[in-house]
Amino acid sequence: MSITALGTPTVPPRGSGNLRGVEKFPDAAHHELTDSQLRRNIGKATHTIRAKRLRVTGEVPDWEALRDAGAAVKKDVLARLPELLEQLEAAVAERGGIVHWAADADEANALVAQLVRDTGSDEIVKVKSMATQEIGLNEYLEAQGIVAHETDLAELIVQLGHDRPSHILVPAIHRNRSEIREIFLREMPGVDPDLDDNPAHLAEAARKFLRHKFMTVPVAVSGANFGIAETGTLAVVESEGNGRMCLTLPQTLITVMGIEKLLPTYRDLEVFLQLLPRSSTGERMNPYTSMWTGVTPGDGPQAFHLILLDNGRTAALADSVGREALHCIRCSACLNVCPVYERTGGHAYGSTYPGPIGAVLTPQLAGMNEPGDPNATLPFASSLCGACFDACPVKIDIPSLLVELRHQKVEQAGLTVEAAAMKAASLAMSSSRRWTAAQKAGGIGGRIVAGKKGAISALPGPLGGWTAARDIPAPPKQTFRQWWDSDEGRAAMAAARQEGGER
Amino acid sequence: MSARETVLGRIRDALALAPSAPTEIPRAYRTGRTLPDDERYELFADRLLDYKAHVHRCTAAELPTVLARVLADRKVARVGVPAGLDDSWLAAFDGEIVVDSADVPAPELEALDGVVTASAVSCAETGTIFLDGSADQGRRALTLVPDLHVCVVPLDTVEVGVPEALARLVPERPTTLISGPSATSDIELERVEGVHGPRNLEVVIVG
Repeated sequence: MSITALGTPTVPPRGSGNLRGVEKFPDAAHHELTDSQLRRNIGKATHTIRAKRLRVTGEVPDWEALRDAGAAVKKDVLARLPELLEQLEAAVAERGGIVHWAADADEANALVAQLVRDTGSDEIVKVKSMATQEIGLNEYLEAQGIVAHETDLAELIVQLGHDRPSHILVPAIHRNRSEIREIFLREMPGVDPDLDDNPAHLAEAARKFLRHKFMTVPVAVSGANFGIAETGTLAVVESEGNGRMCLTLPQTLITVMGIEKLLPTYRDLEVFLQLLPRSSTGERMNPYTSMWTGVTPGDGPQAFHLILLDNGRTAALADSVGREALHCIRCSACLNVCPVYERTGGHAYGSTYPGPIGAVLTPQLAGMNEPGDPNATLPFASSLCGACFDACPVKIDIPSLLVELRHQKVEQAGLTVEAAAMKAASLAMSSSRRWTAAQKAGGIGGRIVAGKKGAISALPGPLGGWTAARDIPAPPKQTFRQWWDSDEGRAAMAAARQEGGER
Repeated sequence: MSARETVLGRIRDALALAPSAPTEIPRAYRTGRTLPDDERYELFADRLLDYKAHVHRCTAAELPTVLARVLADRKVARVGVPAGLDDSWLAAFDGEIVVDSADVPAPELEALDGVVTASAVSCAETGTIFLDGSADQGRRALTLVPDLHVCVVPLDTVEVGVPEALARLVPERPTTLISGPSATSDIELERVEGVHGPRNLEVVIVG
């Protein structure tokens, strides 16, 4: 069935869920920056992975051609989204899967909870998934009396630590080995009390703890890295084998996939299975990738549900510039190269999606509302250095998107203090007489404020932000225009003219 | 209005507000690559060793002896096999052979010391083995639950790159890509081999 649009198209509504912090980015960053342990952990991790990524992308001579193809495929997907989604839906249904649609986080959560209840189970095993983190699925299920067991090691560390993820790929990147050991000793049922902080031993403890869950829990919930419209095939890339366990052993599988995760054809995987692992973990290929199409008799879950999630994606799609953020394949390369992320960590962004891509994706999915909205500060969480653009495997021009969002924020905010100041400056500069008078007044006033030390450490009112981290030198006694008009200035110019004439 | 109609209606609205044309995909990246047998073997083996997999090479005639030796070295007494595995492969193995079937509960697979399967296709450049659930590879649980996977890879199924390997697959089959034993880098991004999947991967390349 196709829908005919009647009347004037309207901008789709924004999404909800874990897409908004409680503090503005600069305030949140300020707290995080005081945690030197966190800065050390994140600095060490991002530097390690940067080197790995450069090594494995550098050995691929056609890397740029792959990026070009990846970017074009994603652009094509967005242009043809309705037909491709309907094609995927038909292909999944034909192979015995059941396709559901969810307009927002609430609808998706309610759908999952109902599907779990229908199986009679009150617990699920989960594959690491950004989409279910975004909609706050675990919290919702808990309120419904359903226990969600995270099975990815980093997600398990976050869940047992009653913590929040801080990185797309490695959610517990802010924890070091001794912190992880403490969390396991405190929170993991049946853990060996003599557990040390060797990463191999910590991984072994997680293996033992989760094995029983994999064998007994009848329902799994996953996300999807790719959904192939042509064949109805879904793909999950992972490392540990927890994904394979969840996708293979339970009787029922529920997959929540953002509508932008589509690829038109199976062949397109040849591009993305090269781009994603090398950009993400810095490996030539991740240890395991699972691909499945509907239900296969005698192999894996015999009931498969696919939930197609909007939650603000269509609002981003309605923006001809910002929609490029929907090309993102969640590799996290942009986080690892970002000088801002490296210092603040992921929590400061307040959203499921941190770092450079989060700073453009989050405000588009969830909107920038009133001037005090933390999301309205995210486009400013960048020095626009461009490292993220260079690292992005699908060539998302994140710096340009940030600038566009800054522009939109200023447009929405109306006449701010900054805008009023600019307007006053424009008025003063438009007349030579007014400009001279303004400079004179500023010079006298500024020198009084600066006092004997010759520097201004705190500007008043809304201008205080400028001096929060730097001093301003006191204005000079004489402006350039005053010097030009003085005897000294005239003499210097006469000498320069003469010198020029002699040559 | 159903959620389906709501979402599709929103997408059409968004595309009406900000129209976008279908895009031609530039596929200037490398496809259709080939390499001589020995170079393909060297590349594939190098990648597998990098992932801490164990690599053996033999002729078709030597395969039963090599498999028996690999299993003996791993002290395997009970080995699981998919129903369609070539019987001759394990002719020299003197332990118990357990033929898997769909009705065996997954926890029983834990009692196996290891599993021997064939494979569908492989990619040398990334050290990746593709299993597609054919009769000689079995259901996905069989190569997941036991702690040792011995995988037989005919050299003529090893392609150079990812595009060449994917082109030989049937999309609708349940497919698992394996690049070394399971691993995690979740603790300080330090790679640790062996989490939930088989911690030991032995690859026997034939040809």
